[in-house]
Amino acid sequence: MSDYRIEGQTGDWEVVIGLEIHAQVISNAKLFSSAPTAFGAAANTQVSLVDAAMPGMLPVINGECVRQAVRTGLALGAEINLYSVFDRKNYFYPDLPPGYQISQFSQPIVGAGKVEIDLESGETVEIGVTRLHLEMDAGKSIHDMRPDATFVDLNRSGVALMEIVSEPDIRSPEEAGAYVRKIRSIVRYIGSCDGNMEEGSLRCDVNVSVRKPGEPLGTRCEIKNVNSVRFVMKALEYESERQVEILEDGGEIAQEPRLFDANQGVTRPMRSKEEAHDYRYFPDPDLLPLKLDADWVEELRVALPELPDAKKHRFMDEFGLGADDAGVLISEKETAEYFEQVAAGRDAKLAANWVTGELFGALNTAGLEISASPVSAEKLGGLVDRVADKTLSRRIAKEVFEIMFESGQDADAIIEERGLKQVSDSGAIDAVVDQIIADNPNKVAEYKGGKDKLIGWFVGQMMKASQGKANPQMANEAMKKKLDG
Amino acid sequence: MAIDKATVLRIAKLARIEVADEATDGLADELNAIMAWVEQLSEVDTEGVEPMTSVVDITPPLRSDTVEAVAPRDDILANAPNAEDGFFVVPKVVE
Repeated sequence: MSDYRIEGQTGDWEVVIGLEIHAQVISNAKLFSSAPTAFGAAANTQVSLVDAAMPGMLPVINGECVRQAVRTGLALGAEINLYSVFDRKNYFYPDLPPGYQISQFSQPIVGAGKVEIDLESGETVEIGVTRLHLEMDAGKSIHDMRPDATFVDLNRSGVALMEIVSEPDIRSPEEAGAYVRKIRSIVRYIGSCDGNMEEGSLRCDVNVSVRKPGEPLGTRCEIKNVNSVRFVMKALEYESERQVEILEDGGEIAQEPRLFDANQGVTRPMRSKEEAHDYRYFPDPDLLPLKLDADWVEELRVALPELPDAKKHRFMDEFGLGADDAGVLISEKETAEYFEQVAAGRDAKLAANWVTGELFGALNTAGLEISASPVSAEKLGGLVDRVADKTLSRRIAKEVFEIMFESGQDADAIIEERGLKQVSDSGAIDAVVDQIIADNPNKVAEYKGGKDKLIGWFVGQMMKASQGKANPQMANEAMKKKLDG
Repeated sequence: MAIDKATVLRIAKLARIEVADEATDGLADELNAIMAWVEQLSEVDTEGVEPMTSVVDITPPLRSDTVEAVAPRDDILANAPNAEDGFFVVPKVVE
């Protein structure tokens, strides 16, 4: 359990967090219509008569969305409900043409599951998943096109969403961030959602309250529609401090939806003209209950790809990696695949160092995803080979990597072209040793007089003289032998 | 369950139906009469009976994940009292 606390005037406060994640299902067509789901089309060009709620139009469930919801449920280790019901959630808003959202209320398609999250302290925490249900997205309201009007685009109306609801098991911003990352990683691994938070394919409603440790739950606020992991954490930091201040001043928390203002780093009440909702859920008479076949669910379970946690443990067992490296490498499916290619038939720890060190650093600086890396897994593997067989010293290998990252050439070509091969010829190394000893009689005298530490300086001179190409271990040994002998 | 005037006003508001103040008493009476009539169903013993969701016992058909015709934008916007640049335009809904 987390020991994250907000320090108040009256003592420490504990933060209680639950998340609702809306994950857009990867599908060609919408949940109840055959209109396309592609992002970024011109306003109202991807709308069917069903999505616009024209009279007489009837919803028909998209089987692929059901399949993806079930696979996601299985990946969350959750129970799959073979019988589930679609309900109408009634409210009026201009971007919701029917006046209700088709969702699932009392009988969702997926029941309780759980995920494990890894914290920086090395601790692993289990977070309960209450449920996952299928629902349609609403359209998009744009409030800043004109001061006196709201513009509505229905392209998103009817797109399939999976709402993944967590138990209030989360106790710190760090845990909340790790939970969102884990869910994102899982849906991306199995390909049920692209996890793109910038485009809104994955977004979070954050429920948060504070209490003195051991006391009953406090009144919560819901921060709506947070669209990055960093914002989830920032919003929580701000909101929990805000609630503690109010409570310590003798005030009460108003249970209200709030929005996170990323520019100011604060949360504000959502000033909608809608009053408190009374959704009046009831089963949608246009849709029969959904019945799934147990054998079909089992087929989907068997066909799931290796999931992030399983892959992490395999990387630790098979490759001897530590939990840290393994955790970083599996977080994205593409990174894990890249690493496995580099590690195949090679020293896996060395491969992991290059991927998490040089490669991640360079990609980060260049602002690139691993899928767009100018250095392919094959090429990085070639470089690792030249490090492993001592053709390159670590320092020169880093230079080769930089050239590789710029030019896309392979390691051998760069080594050949620039004459970077490490000098491991003892004759050549001895010659440099002799030269340096001859040039520095004073230092030699000091060393012989007992300043052992000067050996480092001597080796440094050798590396300088050889432009970094001398094999450092051989240089060290040869120099020592000469000086001591 | 008795429906009072306040409940009538609340239901009307949720349904976005304007109800004149003088009509609320009459509406409350009517709604109470409807409720009383439906209430007769509670006389039936439904112990152990599964809720019926449809008169036909069928599994709902599922649609294949194929994109078919999209309505032309002009059709979608045809009934809009106000449209601009392909958007529906409505009075501002946030403060």
